[in-house]
Amino acid sequence: MSDATTTTPATDHDEHAVAHDHPSELEYVKVALVLAAITAAEVAVVYIDSLEGLLVPILVVMSVLKFSLVVLWFMHLRFDNKLFRRLFVTGIVLALFVYTVALTTLHIWTRGG
Amino acid sequence: MSTATPTAETTSGDVAGDLAHDTGTHPTSTGLSNEKVAMWAFLGSECLLFGALISTYLLYKSRDAAGSIRPADIFDIPYTSVSSFVLLMSSLTMVLALAAIQKRDMRACRVWLLTTALLGATFVGGQVYEFTVFVREGLTLSTGLFGSTFFVLTGFHGAHVTLGVLMLLSLWAMSMKGRLSPERAETVELVGLYWHFVDIVWIVIFTLIYLIP
Repeated sequence: MSDATTTTPATDHDEHAVAHDHPSELEYVKVALVLAAITAAEVAVVYIDSLEGLLVPILVVMSVLKFSLVVLWFMHLRFDNKLFRRLFVTGIVLALFVYTVALTTLHIWTRGG
Repeated sequence: MSTATPTAETTSGDVAGDLAHDTGTHPTSTGLSNEKVAMWAFLGSECLLFGALISTYLLYKSRDAAGSIRPADIFDIPYTSVSSFVLLMSSLTMVLALAAIQKRDMRACRVWLLTTALLGATFVGGQVYEFTVFVREGLTLSTGLFGSTFFVLTGFHGAHVTLGVLMLLSLWAMSMKGRLSPERAETVELVGLYWHFVDIVWIVIFTLIYLIP
């Protein structure tokens, strides 16, 4: 079994060769445990009064971390062809851009949501 | 777990299809599975759909008249955290189902598919219960802007999870009838991609709608 976590495709051809070289079940369980731990931390942070000022950035960072773990490991974007990554990232970037512009135009930040 | 080396068993069936699966190449102009490309394009477009629903919620959640029900008054964070945990763990069981079919272990695949469907159904059941509590407390789809945007956003997500559960149960039924073989592992992978997507959408909803005040 080749170690998918250390295999870096050098060319598009090599990329096809490792396209199905997914992580082991143990690695999936480890990722799930990390996800569960982050979720527990997210909930804990909400109840810590001293972190009130930093709550939003902390929660956003933890959410992005969880999102990335699922996409990269469970959806295999880390190991699959770059085209899939481009398709998905295009959707995310377009959504972020369009709705940031829309919400800014509607003054959501200055009105406090 | 590598499936890169074709075995005697795999080459006895659909040779072209098996070779395509094992080497990660497909007899298409891109060398990739058209179905998988389509699924990723679909998921990319779904980002825009959920982006619109989330943005609308963020825009209108606090614009109801004074005295209306507000998010902080009604959300039960510990309860929703358990639901989130259930959905996260269903992503693990989904990926284990895919790993099982790629290893030609159909029994394990069936077990994990059914477990994923049950976890998904548990999440949807929890959401239905949450909606019932909210309606009892006076928050409905027509109560105000918060109610409308909240129910539309979480309802759309719940509908996506329900569709995912139906797809998982279909795969499980196909497997029980012998119509889902290891050669069709990509079908499980495509349903898995959809399932993980509804999970990541919930990760965003849980943070932006429930946790951030």
